[in-house]
Parts: sequence; structure tokens; C-alpha cells
Amino acid sequence: MSDYAISKTLDCKGLACPMPIVRLSMEISKVKVGEVIEMLSTDPGSLADVPSWAKSTGNVVLENKQEPGLIRFYVKRQK
Amino acid sequence: MDIEKEIAELKAKVDAMPGAENKLSMVVFSGDLDKQLASMIIATGAAAMGMKVVLFFTFWGTAALRDPAKKVGGKSFMGKMFGIMLPKGRNKLKLSQMHMAGAGTAMLKGLMKKKNVASLDQLFEAAAMLGVEINICEMSMDLMGMKREEMIDYPNMKVVGVASFLGDAKESAVQLFI
Repeated sequence: MSDYAISKTLDCKGLACPMPIVRLSMEISKVKVGEVIEMLSTDPGSLADVPSWAKSTGNVVLENKQEPGLIRFYVKRQK
Repeated sequence: MDIEKEIAELKAKVDAMPGAENKLSMVVFSGDLDKQLASMIIATGAAAMGMKVVLFFTFWGTAALRDPAKKVGGKSFMGKMFGIMLPKGRNKLKLSQMHMAGAGTAMLKGLMKKKNVASLDQLFEAAAMLGVEINICEMSMDLMGMKREEMIDYPNMKVVGVASFLGDAKESAVQLFI
């Protein structure tokens, strides 16, 4: 089980590149530093893109959970 | 030898080196739908990655910035001809391949909608929200008889020359030409 609270869920289901990271970058600025966003994506490209986005923007992907046809990312705002 | 002084000098040199900024400069030369899509996907993606993004629209690319709802008068004969021949805005662009008299382009647009891929309209909207800057080449506009008043409403848009692009490109970590 995860030991963090989710501040917000961002639904990016059905969206294609580059919209998941565009939405994520807009939403992350709306939560406080240290808070966690749950992001739902159906875009397989997100698996590579979200960690790459996080590395570049200095945020952290705590984990991702893959379900059939759905990926859940848990992203912590770091700065 | 004063090592500390030397280190300080080297540090100053490294700081002054070009390409150090987390910034993308892109020349958008093409007026093809596919290449404009690629440009805007890279631009919005880069902005989402926290990069400062400056797009330099030149030559055929400038036609994509025309606003179909705006009409301007006072054009020369050649300017009018270019105005008729060139696509009036981003929604009139054609594919660089497989246009097939419009059938291919319409098919791709249909596919994009079905697969929920962002359209140029949505990408421009996202770019505006993310603070992507658009610079339009003054000479291209002048050459083709386009006027500032017939261009789209966009928050960060100005008309510039090549020196402005080079100034941006020099300090950017990534430069692209599409």
C-alpha cells in the first residue's frame, strides 16, 4: 500500500502525446510543494514521457501502477 | 600560480558559453500541416518540460498564422495574389504527402479526432497557455504582402528579423529547423 496522500487526480485518459505532460505541467503548479498528484493515462508513451518530464522539471514519480489499458502515475511536486 | 584566480576565470568563461539556457529555439519554415503539427507538439512538449520556447515562423510557415476571420485592405497586386494562393490560416494547411486533392488531409484529420490527438487549434491554445513565444519573420511577411493585422490573436507574438532569432538560438540548449 502507498504511504502518501493524494491531493488531486488528473484524468488524462484518451489524450495523446503531448497532452498528458502538458496537462501535468499545468496541474502540478496548482498543488503545494510536497503534495502528490495521481495522473491517469491511457497513452503507452506516457511510460517513458512522464519520468522524462519529471527528471527535466525536477519533480518525482513516486510510482506507477499498470492496469489493463490504464496507467496510474503518482507524481510528487518537488519544487 | 594562483589556482583560485584561474578557477574563477574558467568559471566566468563557462558561464558565458552559448547554449547554456534551458531554452528551445525553433524555425518553423514549413507550411505543411504535418510539419506544423510536429513543430507545435515539440513546442508544447518542451514548454511542459519547463523550457522557455521561442518559435520563429518564416516563409511558408507564416501563412499558418493568418486569421481567416480578418480582412485587410491596401495590398499590392502581388500581395493579393499571394493572399489567394496561400492557405488562409492553420486549418487550411495540407499534408506534405498523401494530400490526394484533400482526401488524404481530411482522412488524417478524421483519424486524429478518433484517436484524440490534439489538433493545431488545441496545440496553439496550449502553447499560448504555456507561454510559448511566437516570432514572425518580418521579411517573409513583407515579401508575401502579409500584414500584422491579418494575423491571429496570440498573447506572445511579435514581428522580428533574423538577428532576433539568432540571438535566441545562440543562448538555447536546443535549436531546430522544421
